[in-house]
Amino acid sequence: MISTHRFGFAFLGLSLLAPGMRADDIQYNRDVRPILTENCFKCHGPAAKKGGFRLDVREDAIKPAKSGAKPIVEGKPMESAIIKRIFSTDAEEVMPPPSAHKTLKPAEKETLKKWIAEGAKFQKHWSFEAAAKVAVPPAPNGSRLANPIDAFIVARLQREGLKLSVEVDRPTLIRRVSFALTGLPPTVADLDLFLNDKAADAYEKMVDHYLGSKHYGEEMARPWLDLARYADTHGLHLDNERQMWLYRDWVVRAFNDNMPFDRFTIEQLAGDLLPKATSEQIVATGFSRCNVSTSEGGSVDSEWIFRNAVDRASTTMEVFLGLTGGCAVCHDHKFDPITAKDFYSMYAFFYSIDGPAMDGNALLTAPTMKTTTPEQAKKIADLVGKIAKAQSDLGQQLQSIKYIDPADAKEPSKSAGDPTQSFKAWRTQKSKDPKGLPKELLALVKQAKLDPAGENKLREHYLQNVCAETRPILEPLAKQITALTKDRDGFNNAIAGTFIFKDLANPRESFVMMRGQYTKPGEKVQPDTPSFLPPLAKANPKARANRLDLAKWLVSAENPMTARVAVNRYWQQFFGTGLVKSSGDFGAQGEAPSHPELLDHLALIFREKNWDIKAVVRLMLTSQTFRQSSKVTPDVFKRDPENRLYARGPRFRLDAEQIRDNALFVSGLAVLDMGGRGVRPYQPPRIWEPVAFSGSSTGVYTQDKGAGLYRRSLYTFLKRTAPHPFMANFDAPNRESSCSRRERSNTPLQALQLMNDVQHFEAARKLAERMLVEGGKTPAERIRFGYRVVLSREPEALEADVVGKALTQFVDRYQKDPASATKALRVGESPIRPGLAEPELAAYTLIANLLLNLDETVMRN
Amino acid sequence: MNPLFEYHLQHTRRQFFASAGLSLGGLALGMCQNRAQQPVTSPVHPALPGFPQFPGKAKALIYLHANGAPSQIDLWDHKPGMQRYFDQNLPESVRMGQRLSTMTSGQARHPVAPTKFKFTQHGRCGTWVSELLPHTAKHVDDMCLIKSVFTNAINHDPACTFVMTGSEVPGKASIGSWLAYGLGAETQNLPAFVVFTPRFPASGNGQALFTRMWSSGFLPTRFNGVALRGAGDPVLYVQNPPGVSGDDRRVMLDALARLNQRNFERLGDPDTQTRIAQYEMAFRMQTSVPDLVDLRNETQATLDMYGPGVREPGTYANSAILARRLIERGVRVVQILHRGWDQHDNLPVALKNQCDDTDRANGALLQDLKQRGLLDETLVIWGGEFGRTVYSQGTLTRNNYGRDHHPRNFCMWLAGGGIKGGMTYGETDDFSYNIVDKPCHLLDLYATVLKCMGIDHERLSFRFQGLDQKLTGVEGAQVIPELMA
Repeated sequence: MISTHRFGFAFLGLSLLAPGMRADDIQYNRDVRPILTENCFKCHGPAAKKGGFRLDVREDAIKPAKSGAKPIVEGKPMESAIIKRIFSTDAEEVMPPPSAHKTLKPAEKETLKKWIAEGAKFQKHWSFEAAAKVAVPPAPNGSRLANPIDAFIVARLQREGLKLSVEVDRPTLIRRVSFALTGLPPTVADLDLFLNDKAADAYEKMVDHYLGSKHYGEEMARPWLDLARYADTHGLHLDNERQMWLYRDWVVRAFNDNMPFDRFTIEQLAGDLLPKATSEQIVATGFSRCNVSTSEGGSVDSEWIFRNAVDRASTTMEVFLGLTGGCAVCHDHKFDPITAKDFYSMYAFFYSIDGPAMDGNALLTAPTMKTTTPEQAKKIADLVGKIAKAQSDLGQQLQSIKYIDPADAKEPSKSAGDPTQSFKAWRTQKSKDPKGLPKELLALVKQAKLDPAGENKLREHYLQNVCAETRPILEPLAKQITALTKDRDGFNNAIAGTFIFKDLANPRESFVMMRGQYTKPGEKVQPDTPSFLPPLAKANPKARANRLDLAKWLVSAENPMTARVAVNRYWQQFFGTGLVKSSGDFGAQGEAPSHPELLDHLALIFREKNWDIKAVVRLMLTSQTFRQSSKVTPDVFKRDPENRLYARGPRFRLDAEQIRDNALFVSGLAVLDMGGRGVRPYQPPRIWEPVAFSGSSTGVYTQDKGAGLYRRSLYTFLKRTAPHPFMANFDAPNRESSCSRRERSNTPLQALQLMNDVQHFEAARKLAERMLVEGGKTPAERIRFGYRVVLSREPEALEADVVGKALTQFVDRYQKDPASATKALRVGESPIRPGLAEPELAAYTLIANLLLNLDETVMRN
Repeated sequence: MNPLFEYHLQHTRRQFFASAGLSLGGLALGMCQNRAQQPVTSPVHPALPGFPQFPGKAKALIYLHANGAPSQIDLWDHKPGMQRYFDQNLPESVRMGQRLSTMTSGQARHPVAPTKFKFTQHGRCGTWVSELLPHTAKHVDDMCLIKSVFTNAINHDPACTFVMTGSEVPGKASIGSWLAYGLGAETQNLPAFVVFTPRFPASGNGQALFTRMWSSGFLPTRFNGVALRGAGDPVLYVQNPPGVSGDDRRVMLDALARLNQRNFERLGDPDTQTRIAQYEMAFRMQTSVPDLVDLRNETQATLDMYGPGVREPGTYANSAILARRLIERGVRVVQILHRGWDQHDNLPVALKNQCDDTDRANGALLQDLKQRGLLDETLVIWGGEFGRTVYSQGTLTRNNYGRDHHPRNFCMWLAGGGIKGGMTYGETDDFSYNIVDKPCHLLDLYATVLKCMGIDHERLSFRFQGLDQKLTGVEGAQVIPELMA
């Protein structure tokens, strides 16, 4: 594998300079560590000390090794054994040895030499150092600097001899912002408003408009749910349905309410431990329950308690700290300072969950909670009140009835033996054959001697339900109570439950598990944070640390990681790639930041502004950097193919959900209701069935009808072992494990889906109907309308011409073959708008299909 | 930088600089008459630079996965001495307190269930094969039977994940994705890695499959296995909607290419040109996929060889013949994942049904590859995710028994490209319960498979979560040279 550092060299150039340093000074983190990591640490590092020394720790590297020679002599490269060895031409002596399949390039050798000559200064890994406050670079003459982001970006571009591109046109701007903040395109009305807004702050107003949209929370929730690995099934073996969409809806609401990121963190990791925790705060703890689970026959409990805790600890570390804890499950991390003990100390926070090891294939696996919406709570309280009232009325009626058992009469009568008239007769009969009695009376009726209360219960039942004399009087109320009770139970059952986190009263002891095996406990550990980061402050110093301590530590001022990791994720979301490209790995094996000062600046202001997410998002979106044209010249492309320097605006393919939602939105089909159980839109036959276990509750896909077909993709039911093709095809993760970064592929299978999938072809038909009905009278007007709806802009003459010619061909073709038009229009379940000529509508459907497949349509430009 | 990215960078740069006189994609193709046959200038599935790393005998892989764990005792691991232990408790000297699944760890007894099926010797090599596999048995001289495969997991989900990705924890890349990533594929019109999930007998215990078994995991998603389906579109969305003809699609695509090209001129993003090319590939697939699944050009003799279900989409036989057709067309990896092999009870009946459903087609596939000269360059693997216990789970009679999961040893066979035929590797004890000679860990087997395909397993890696991830894991798998021709 070719190393990452070459990229770093060519690219990061001057970026990692601390203030006061000269550009050509060697810096350990920037220049040296990547070379050593790639070529040397495997044998002379934390995992192995071949020759009796390691190179990653200064104290070790300057001591004589087994051979007696000193690997590094500070300031004296020619006396340093490593320099001699790497420059050696003797195959027996040269380092790295030929068997390692690693070769140092001449420039790399020179770098090491120069580093030692300058004193061989080591540095802590950059992300473990606190973010440093750096002065915002001054604006160069004549540059447009809307905010500090631009100052950092431009300063770097200047050093590279590049500059920002021009601001992109307004149609592209609004489409870019609208997709970035809501995952949907702008409406034509919003487009016109923005185009006609002459105010100086028109752009900022437009950004604020979308920041205020309820769809903002949905769009922000998507990447978070990738991180949280949220899905609607358990994920392993039977892969049955799991109910925890309340957590998904909590995330959407938290973003819409602009919950500060520190609260957001604390509630998800430890909402249940907050004083007077609200049900919302407890729902939030579902974050640590989103891991996959199993109930496969033959599984061993201790293995799954272990594996679930490993998943929760690794996910927490990756999501909040940007650290890959996975390696330390088995051994001390080879390159990062995370030891196995560090990992299992984190794991100990999650090891004592109060619930079963297996999910039981149940919809709800403990610990769970049911929670009501205010409307539900009101309705249930109302019913409970009515039931109480009816019961009290019934009680009064029972009191007022003077029933005399004919069996007690002085003169015996026929009715004394009739169970419909005599309680005693009925009781005797039922004691022999209690069939038909309610459960709670079965035990009573069999006892010959009952206490008065028990006797009374039987008697009341008799009077209400059996006795020919009293039943007609009491029955209406009794029936009412039954009906009300049924209503109440129905409401109670309809209340969704959700997975939550809760600890055992007596926590389990945790151990380092040797080589990651659940059967091999080693050293005992206490819940604690990694030792190489600032220490954990416990609320109660004498008590065992808990998840609330952990969560507060993550967002404490001393923690160097969390704020950096969070702002970098937002940067990745809006600019396509993070300032740290490996957004889930800020450790030694991750990439160094392209703009370290900017990253630190953003992290610091994020904290200073009380973790205000909308503020930091707004800062990014109102930067000139974000507003640039994405046009690229071959020269700039050659120098910066990935756009890591930002000499042009971000351009990348829309995400899976955005592509589908866009088609639904522009066609007018979208149903924008929020929240609730996952929906089941169109899906080709046999996606679930060929893979699902025979007895799985998600073995057979039953497609929804009506609104469920057109909801936003965020709400599509997500079955982990067989995700919906529109998600899988467009790089959405299957949520089996935390995902920091989606890929953006460009494949023929995507083309086939966008051209032929029912969902997309139906959307094309509905868009065609809009073009015909709302778009004007002439083909030219209608094509223009289509462009404005889909791309938020006017077509160029050439485009209108190309589209117009295709339209003519299609109209001609369907007029000759109207039967095909009829077939094409019957794709999808939405009704065809009446009053339109079918051949023409079919032709426009293909034109809409064309527009929805344009490169420009599936990209954020 | 990862080499793939570097490659694509160069690739897109080439496209970029060639763009002034645009030579590729829809415009040129759109004007051609016989478009599906058009040569494409750059490979659709390029190999990584430097791959294969050395000449490998195998160019393609067909992996026949018997999902649920077939019983080695009733199919391949011949233990005639077992008969006299019928219904006797498995000796503690054999069990040695080893882990059992919790489905039988509570059983009072672990009585030995000898196989009820007859074994006979086949081929020049004289390998013993169960009467359940008469057709496969004809090919033992081309096969290497490994009796000492072992794995780590004792339950289906983790073991299936392990057998396909080399890790019990979901999220890693499958073997097919690794090969597609490293070696690319020769085909210009089909995916590099194709997967079948055929029907299985109703008597089979339908343990689940998971898309992660053919997923690219951390590798780019274009290396996902593409399912060829038995119902509906053979490849998802490959058919035009009703009322839309191939000519309509062509008109639409010509316009699309013009408009996309215009967009490229405006913005200069090479990704736009890739998209133009991918739409053309999609169009070619609209022809190549129906052509692939159309068996009219197969001879009657060939069709008969695979068995009666061969013409019916979704059967095992149909998947098997399509596997051969895919390999012929330059696809790198074909995987058939056949379910129903989890016989906890009623094993004799259910296992026979499973074999009847697959044996003839497996034999035919080997024969067919051989007669076309393809077997030398196609590696065929057959096996499940673990083995089964010699002791019975539940009721035991001479004619009826069940078997629990057994990861400690099981049988797989390999044939074709690079594999030494007519041999057996490894041995188990008299109870098929412990390996006594030449253990073969699954990852060692995969290291060997990669070697047959021209790849050093230590040098096929991808940086993810701070590690150079490999199919064969981080613990150092070993190639087994004895398996190789």
